[in-house]
Amino acid sequence: MPERKLMYGNHAIVEGVIAAGCRFFAGYPITPQNEIPEFMSIRMNEIGGVFIQTESEIAAINMLFGAAAAGKRAMTSSSSPGISLMQEGISYIAGADIPVLVVNVIRGGPGLGNIAPAQSDYYQGTKGGGHGDYFTITLAPNSVQELYEFPKLAFELAEKYRNPALILADGLLGQMMEPVEFTQAPVDPDTLREPPYALSGCKGRERRVVRSYDLKPGKLEEMNWQRLKKYQKIQETEQRFEATACDDAELVIIAYGTCARVCDAAVRIARAKGQKIGLLRPITLWPFPNKIMSEMSKRIKNFLVVEMNMGQMIDDVKLATECRSKIHFHGRPGGGVPTPPEIYEKIKTIMGGA
Amino acid sequence: MKQLFGRPQGLTDVLQRYCPGCGHGIVHRIIGDLLVKLDIRERAVGIAPVGCSVFADEYFNCDMIQPPHGRGPAVSTGIKRARPDCFVFSYQGDGDLAAIGTAEIVHAAARNENITIIFINNAIFGMTGGQLAPTTLPGMRSTTSVQGRDIKTQGYPIKVCELLAGLDGPHYLVRTAVNAPKNIIATEKALKTAFVNQLENKGFSMVEILSMCPTNWGLTPIQSKKWIDDTMIKYYPLGEYRNRAKEER
Repeated sequence: MPERKLMYGNHAIVEGVIAAGCRFFAGYPITPQNEIPEFMSIRMNEIGGVFIQTESEIAAINMLFGAAAAGKRAMTSSSSPGISLMQEGISYIAGADIPVLVVNVIRGGPGLGNIAPAQSDYYQGTKGGGHGDYFTITLAPNSVQELYEFPKLAFELAEKYRNPALILADGLLGQMMEPVEFTQAPVDPDTLREPPYALSGCKGRERRVVRSYDLKPGKLEEMNWQRLKKYQKIQETEQRFEATACDDAELVIIAYGTCARVCDAAVRIARAKGQKIGLLRPITLWPFPNKIMSEMSKRIKNFLVVEMNMGQMIDDVKLATECRSKIHFHGRPGGGVPTPPEIYEKIKTIMGGA
Repeated sequence: MKQLFGRPQGLTDVLQRYCPGCGHGIVHRIIGDLLVKLDIRERAVGIAPVGCSVFADEYFNCDMIQPPHGRGPAVSTGIKRARPDCFVFSYQGDGDLAAIGTAEIVHAAARNENITIIFINNAIFGMTGGQLAPTTLPGMRSTTSVQGRDIKTQGYPIKVCELLAGLDGPHYLVRTAVNAPKNIIATEKALKTAFVNQLENKGFSMVEILSMCPTNWGLTPIQSKKWIDDTMIKYYPLGEYRNRAKEER
């Protein structure tokens, strides 16, 4: 049996990052993710890793760019306004095909917003986020256990495809306590192979250049088409989701992260009352799990999207279900968190009028 | 026949696309020379800026990275902390370092980060076509100050060496120029000191180099060299602004 411990979500991320063999963290304080840099400063000190509290999120993401271009696993964490500041760097990193891990513990927005949990950075986290043609591989954990497990998965996917990876959590996941099973075999960073792009000094080899630009006519277009092939492969092979009680469902709720937890409770209420409700939880928000949704839409007439925002995922669900089904929505923007009874009421409305 | 002079191995064998009379080529050559003389080319990682010298990633014969405008010191920090055995140098212009990258340079200096900064000050934005830089002199014309820099609305230039000398952090701050042989020799000496400082883990070193930009100054190369002597050095005095090695002695 692996060791089990009651932990804060934000602390679990730290342990997951360290278990994944990452020894480089740079970040700037912002609520509700401050426990990540705080705990990271202690843990990195214990294990001889690098911890830098930066002057800004801009500096943090660029330190990651440097460390990751040097071939090391590197991560940062922030919350919504800070992630906005990082977008320039994320775009450069994507354009240079360098893997990094960015964790966004989302808070209410736009602007300074508030420090309550939210999912209002869905667009930013799934459509690229910064300038230029690119995507990040975006994972949405829904438990403290997954906050611990996903950093390793994120690094592996980021490195496999040489692309930045993003974990979209929210203030509730980051601040809540749950038992965590330490299931990950710790990765020894010294056993990780030096990647082929790593800037490490050109002794015994050709010099390497890491860059996101090419001014030769037609060259950047070519680079972008190459990157599209990579994205198509990711979309083809890396869609992840969890389907609960969907087999006989007449209505399937689509929700990720904290909302998936709330909806899971709502599904149980509905099932107890004999209503055939299922839950489809996207684990990868990009690539969006559209294959399963397309499949389901051939049978299921009603989907209910539940998000802590104004309905940012609806577009993706509509595209995935190819207009075969009716898409309903229940959302709570600005830091609101839906409750199971609230969602059950919505279910009743849909099922009654479906 | 013995070759007495040639392109140093620290530079790649490609044509450098700088304007006639530009100072970048002189500084590139000194760096290329030092990479070989100090035997650090094979463990060097250079940071090219955004600006005319963005192409430095093609010119220095070592591992190179091209980061966002102004972020050289942050990227350098990431590389150096991840690979302390690498020699890390960030090559930056005045728009890059003293405008958009002000926060990064100030904090890298405050942390006494063990990196080397080469700061080219030509008092103008070069690649974008001669706009006002944070280093443009009062009264100096640029494409965004066609009547000359008006200190009432456009403020005063930033003297970076003097600014960073207000911090406890940095180990070595020096201003040189490349407009005349004497100044070029001083630049070479300063760069060598800055490089060796990093190899000896002394911390943050910055060499600010006053450099010619005839194209955007609207002067000939010869007039440009003279303008540095007559005007620019008066505003930006040459010399050491911090040298902890001397203070420790």
